[in-house]
Amino acid sequence: MTAATPIVEMKDVSKRFVRRLDLASRIVNRLGGTLRDEVVHAVDTVNMTIAEGEVVGLVGESGCGKSTLGRVVAGIHEASSGSLHYKGVDVSTLTGAAAREVQLKVQMIFQDPMSSLNPRLRVEQIVGEAPQVHGIVARGELSDYVDEMLLRVGLDPIYKKRYPHQFSGGQRQRIGIARALSVKPDFLVCDEAVAALDVSIQAQVLNLFMKLRADFNLTYLFISHDLGVVEHLSDRVVIMYLGRVVESAPTGELFEAPNHPYTQALLAEVPRLESQRRVFVPIKGEIPSPLNPPSGCHFHPRCPHAHARCKAEVPALKEIAPGRFSACHLNDAA
Amino acid sequence: MSNAVLKVENLQTHFFTKAGVVKSVDDVSFEIGRGKIMGLVGESGSGKSVSGFSIMGLVDPPGRIVGGRILFHGQDLVGLPEAEMRKIRGRRIAMIFQDPMMTLNPVLRIDTQMIETIQAHEKVDHETARQRSRDALGQVGIPSPEERLSAYPHQFSGGMRQRVAIAIALLHKPELIIADEPTTALDVTIQAQILYEMQKLVAEQNMGLIWVTHDLSVVAGLADELCVMYAGRIVERGPVGQIVDDPIHPYTKGLIGSVPSRNPRGQPLTQIPGMAPTPIDLPPGCPFRPRCARADAACETTPPVEEHRPGRFARCFHPHLEDAA
Ligand SMILES: Nc1ncnc2c1ncn2[C@@H]1O[C@H](COP(=O)(O)OP(=O)(O)OP(=O)(O)O)[C@@H](O)[C@H]1O
Ligand SMILES: Nc1ncnc2c1ncn2[C@@H]1O[C@H](COP(=O)(O)OP(=O)(O)OP(=O)(O)O)[C@@H](O)[C@H]1O
Ligand code: SF4
Ligand code: SF4
Ligand SMILES: [Mg+2]
Ligand SMILES: [Mg+2]
Repeated sequence: MTAATPIVEMKDVSKRFVRRLDLASRIVNRLGGTLRDEVVHAVDTVNMTIAEGEVVGLVGESGCGKSTLGRVVAGIHEASSGSLHYKGVDVSTLTGAAAREVQLKVQMIFQDPMSSLNPRLRVEQIVGEAPQVHGIVARGELSDYVDEMLLRVGLDPIYKKRYPHQFSGGQRQRIGIARALSVKPDFLVCDEAVAALDVSIQAQVLNLFMKLRADFNLTYLFISHDLGVVEHLSDRVVIMYLGRVVESAPTGELFEAPNHPYTQALLAEVPRLESQRRVFVPIKGEIPSPLNPPSGCHFHPRCPHAHARCKAEVPALKEIAPGRFSACHLNDAA
Repeated sequence: MSNAVLKVENLQTHFFTKAGVVKSVDDVSFEIGRGKIMGLVGESGSGKSVSGFSIMGLVDPPGRIVGGRILFHGQDLVGLPEAEMRKIRGRRIAMIFQDPMMTLNPVLRIDTQMIETIQAHEKVDHETARQRSRDALGQVGIPSPEERLSAYPHQFSGGMRQRVAIAIALLHKPELIIADEPTTALDVTIQAQILYEMQKLVAEQNMGLIWVTHDLSVVAGLADELCVMYAGRIVERGPVGQIVDDPIHPYTKGLIGSVPSRNPRGQPLTQIPGMAPTPIDLPPGCPFRPRCARADAACETTPPVEEHRPGRFARCFHPHLEDAA
């Protein structure tokens, strides 16, 4: 629709993990077994563009590849195939200072702040280390800079001599955010960043994310299994199922009229604060194993509309209305 | 009121630690009838699990029930000899944990575990017990239960494992089940399947169910009654619909207000400032005081539980009664 270069673009990005055989299986093979290394297509040919200043929510069941996709975007994992573009530049072509620059511009915030913060470092070191190493701030100004970062996330700088374990979960998440902000990023990948927090603290941290976005024109890829949170925060929502994007749409339209049968089923399951007692009518079946995904459309064993073609042919992600994409054969019928 | 399965009166469970006395459960009262579901909601550390463990008689030192009564069909479970408690625990009152492996033994086949559980309380032959185990698996929606019986726990997905744990809890057709966050670690699709089964079972078997969770949205659609816990106390109790629509206690009001779907999209969420206290050596008075916009000098003494409207209980000196419908 617009000509502006997206801040992040993924072209046919796939990420495969090989699970090597364990010792027991290798012994079985010596004895004539035929076990092989297993390959997981954690992310399977994903195309996605994210505009500057946009908040994109990424949703899907456990194991569908959300974190892996987030890690590829943040440069923590390299894509197995396909390409990742930052402001129009293929990041795999960058080296040296230019590559480092992109690396800093895209930061990741994790679910469990305890395991992502070094327990032996004081808060001031955690927040001040990267900007100093990368020469973002002069040594003499570091202390003031750290104070500024802490204030920005709503922490009192008098606590900066403390260690992570001396803070509550919500405060630790703020430390993680301060650390990410300290290198002046313009893109944050938030992976279940509020999932471990209590409801009342979750609201505080979500408000912080929204404020930071407004103050610094940040772009977010917001990964969450909590559809209520995603609906509140995102401009656009992307739904994944077993490594593939099955639907992408502006938030309001997606929640009002989901197109893909999986999205429809998922939205029907979301527990809501409606006061009426409801009868639960769940999607049938388990989440299939990503090691051995169903043929054709991965969703076909659970889909109430599955037909012959669904087993045989992978549905392509197609634009079904301006800005709305869905990968389902039903859209071809009309 | 006489058909209450369980009536908890002024329960106090404290832990006597080196750091001080942790009043994990402090003067908690509620009751639950047959065929009813009660949601027990609260933030981390508010005392939900310790409440459940107290009912099950599973509080270990340095913890101890220091006051109150737990009436199960009128019989007080507090101070009941362990031999007596063992006849009730697992058979008439069952508990489901967040981690199904608290219930399941990883090295035993599912049928072995289920048959043992049945035979521990009842004199039935192996084949009958196996039959019942299979039926129980079918009841919680496990496909091809006959084949699944001979599997080991690790051969199941997380959602399936939790269902097996629920099936085990149901084996003796208990009159009361305490479910401690059994779906928190599961996907919404799997959670919905389990909620569906539980709802059906409560109705079919006319049992009482206490559903412990930190997620108000889950119990809003599931429960009849709601208890909201804060720092070891139930601060509000009443019918779910009424509380969600019109909370009385400032904490409940803040909690409901902070749920994203209650706020216009993209706008800042209503938030409760500060954080919940650890219930160690709490000063007297209302523990919500430091976070409460309505706090005044009166709140420096402990507010009593009062019935502000029929069936609506709250512990607060300045409840939100003004916007009553
Ligand atoms: N480092 C790795 N090595 C091998 N397999 C991996 C690795 N990381 C992820 N996987 C596999 O890739 C698939 C996708 O995992 P991923 O963590 O991206 O899912 P997710 O959508 O983030 O799930 P969750 O909601 O549980 O966090 C899973 O099957 C997972 O087991
Ligand atoms: N064995 C113990 N020794 C000392 N304190 C304990 C012990 N068990 C629980 N507590 C304390 O009792 C309080 C209530 O704990 P409880 O486990 O009931 O919380 P909860 O509401 O279930 O929280 P969560 O949502 O995190 O499960 C907490 O402050 C906890 O630290
Ligand atoms: S392609 Fe077929 S199986 Fe897949 S979602 Fe559409 S109708 Fe269902
Ligand atoms: S008793 Fe006082 S401090 Fe406690 S919730 Fe009520 S008004 Fe607030
Ligand atoms: Mg993940
Ligand atoms: Mg608990």
